[in-house]
Amino acid sequence: MADKKSNLLLDIRNLRIEATVYPPGEPPKNIVIVHDVSLTLEKGKVLGLIGESGAGKSTIGLSSMGYGRGGVRITGGEVLLNGRDILKGGKQGLRKLRGHEVCYVAQSAAAAFNPAHRLMDQVVEATLLHGRATRAEAEKRAIKLFKALSLPDPEHIGERFPHQVSGGQLQRVMTAMALCSEPDLIVFDEPTTALDVTTQIDVLAAIKVAIRETGVAALYITHDLAVVAQVSDEIMVLRHGRLVEWGGTRQIIKEPRQDYTNALVSVHEIEHEEKKPGTASFLSVKNVTAAYGGGKVKVLKNVSVDIYPGQTLAVVGESGSGKSTLARAVTGLLPPEQGSITFDGRPLANRLADRPKEDLRQLQMIYQMADVAMNPRQTVGTIIGRPLEFYFGMRGRERDARVNELLDKIEMGKGFNDRYPAELSGGQKQRVCIARSLAAKPKLIICDEVTSALDPLVANGILKLLLDLQAEENVAYLFITHDLATVKSIADSIAVMYRGEVVRYGPKSEVLKPPFDAYTDLLLSSVPEMEMGWLEKAIKNRRMESAGN
Amino acid sequence: MSSPILKLVAQRVALGILLLLAVSVLIFAGTQVLPGDVAQSILGQAATPESLANLRAELGLNDPAYIRYFRWLGGVMTGDLGTALSSGQDIATSIGGRLWNTLFLAFCAALISVPLAILLGLLAVRYRNGWVDKLISGLALASTSFPEFFIGYLLVYFFAVQWQIFPGISTVYDGMPFLERMQAIALPAAALTLVVLAQMMRMTRAAILNVMQSAYVETAELKGLSAFSIIRKHALPNAVAPIINVVMLNLAYLIVGVVVVEVIFVYPGMGQYLVDHVSKRDVPVVQAVGLIFAAVYIALNIVADIASIVANPRLRHPK
Repeated sequence: MADKKSNLLLDIRNLRIEATVYPPGEPPKNIVIVHDVSLTLEKGKVLGLIGESGAGKSTIGLSSMGYGRGGVRITGGEVLLNGRDILKGGKQGLRKLRGHEVCYVAQSAAAAFNPAHRLMDQVVEATLLHGRATRAEAEKRAIKLFKALSLPDPEHIGERFPHQVSGGQLQRVMTAMALCSEPDLIVFDEPTTALDVTTQIDVLAAIKVAIRETGVAALYITHDLAVVAQVSDEIMVLRHGRLVEWGGTRQIIKEPRQDYTNALVSVHEIEHEEKKPGTASFLSVKNVTAAYGGGKVKVLKNVSVDIYPGQTLAVVGESGSGKSTLARAVTGLLPPEQGSITFDGRPLANRLADRPKEDLRQLQMIYQMADVAMNPRQTVGTIIGRPLEFYFGMRGRERDARVNELLDKIEMGKGFNDRYPAELSGGQKQRVCIARSLAAKPKLIICDEVTSALDPLVANGILKLLLDLQAEENVAYLFITHDLATVKSIADSIAVMYRGEVVRYGPKSEVLKPPFDAYTDLLLSSVPEMEMGWLEKAIKNRRMESAGN
Repeated sequence: MSSPILKLVAQRVALGILLLLAVSVLIFAGTQVLPGDVAQSILGQAATPESLANLRAELGLNDPAYIRYFRWLGGVMTGDLGTALSSGQDIATSIGGRLWNTLFLAFCAALISVPLAILLGLLAVRYRNGWVDKLISGLALASTSFPEFFIGYLLVYFFAVQWQIFPGISTVYDGMPFLERMQAIALPAAALTLVVLAQMMRMTRAAILNVMQSAYVETAELKGLSAFSIIRKHALPNAVAPIINVVMLNLAYLIVGVVVVEVIFVYPGMGQYLVDHVSKRDVPVVQAVGLIFAAVYIALNIVADIASIVANPRLRHPK
């Protein structure tokens, strides 16, 4: 026991964190965002903090640096680092500790690096500030870390500015920045969430190697259980600022004791029977080529896909693959340079402005960011009622009845009629957007990453709703996503896009059946699985393949 | 230096020249629509129809307007700004010394006001929403809210009349010892500083506060940097572009808008010269001074544009 004590690095006791919120039209009020949470972390160990947004996981992570984001205050408890309460050291004490004993790796390295300074200056800044090394030593150490994190051209990458380096590389440079001052603890705050799945795996592997080699302890914050299962020794599940369950990684993912943990573990299991393509597709994209900047940047190359009534075509690919551009071409926002789009057997006008109102009604859209897709000054009733007036000329009682019907369809009910978007949760906002698009009684709804900004459980609810609505209304979906798990649960047919081209296309069962083409294989093998040791296996397979080539 | 910057700079300069040409057309056209012409102004009361006609022919006033415009423009380009009607003196020679005086005064005012404004802006951000911030903002606002002639007379009343530290009339002459010259322009420079300080300071504060929301400022904070080094090292470099723009706008004001202050302190600069000759309806002088003011304004704005382009690392170091 005494031995264990001496190994104790971080000991958070009865932590209570509060924030002041300013609800519109009401006096400011205090809310508690972390209730009485305690945790311990031994030297060299990794603890995963997992939960949905609002669970307080980032807030707890930052509390180990005595930091509260945007008016957040630690109002109770102790944060002992190496046996010393950091909350009692005052501002000076905290400044000495930050960037020295505890370092931070942010979610978006692209935003967390200062665009005005070279990478090396930023990487060694904390090390120099705290007098941990001379400039020459610090730079040498940084280059060694760049190498360990398998960054390209480690000798010179530090001379670059943040905008000259890719997102995945920046995330690794940020990890090097945290490791450079040889801290005892690193707080990783969703370090791979903003990355493409094929990039995520490399960054994850690099982080894991770096943690092992330097023996640093870490708090690893994420909402993705499959990711955290790869890097942490223990996992703590949080919800609404309270501890739900805390245990070894194996126990949490194999034998969760709490219902909530169980729900998180089994989140991706939606069963969806694939529908066979009917004889006639109603929307057909033929050899479409599209470009931005007056033909300079080709983003779609010769793309052909078909959509069948009441079915879902999932378009999957990484950022920059052209999947959202395909949606823009179909909606007429980006007229194609070549090729045609036919709808119900007749050609669809290329430009949005040339399309008759009836065509506009038939094609509706739902966006990733539900909160910016709605007018914040309009009530839910007005938002959903607008297409009813616009397309069908509905007024008064008839309109209100239909709005209520739609609210029932999205499982919200008429009580939401007079609410404003700001009063809704993320999932509710997306549901309102779904109701708005359904109001037009369209044949096709284009869903552009509609679940990407949502927590897994909420996203699941949205996917189930979309499937139910499809069965009721016989509406087709063009479902754009980067998430293969979502594709598996919702699609009837799949188009895999890569650099503007469709590299694989067909019914779901065929697309997801080996043999795969190289890119689809890479994509599928990069999706983290909820299984310990998956990361090592995936990396090993990849090495063997590249050796075989 | 890389080519995209050179291209952008060349573009701005070309645009500036084009703009200046457009302004010259406006100035010329503006003076043409005024009632009466130069011949009438010269002859004044003594004008008879014959003498008017003769003089008009002599001055080439019967030529179409565009020919006169190009003749004027040609003169300007070769440094010939024409002759003043009231005194018969060459405009270029009389402007020379005055332009220098105005620039000197503006330069001194800028030397005090720009660093002071930025420093106050930084301090206001450092102690934002505290009493230091409120005091700085309050004083700066008060100083801009007073009209400049009021500030000018206030300064004269206290510093020249009551305490007799500085002269109330800013007489300068060629070969004046540097210290005496500085003493002479102390009050007008102070008046100008007070006028331009607030806008620059508030813009600096706003621009930096905007950047303070960024994730990289949080990164700096989590590295343990002190509040002031965060502002100076991480926020300020990213707020340079808007600050440069407002600084240049105020520098232009220091030169172009100096008229009132020069009149108050009887300072022999461009402003005085312009006011004198407007009252004498001396059109060639007004044209020349207008064109010089426009050139200064455009040049400073080009400098601001170029400086903000160069301040952007994405342009300085393309991928």
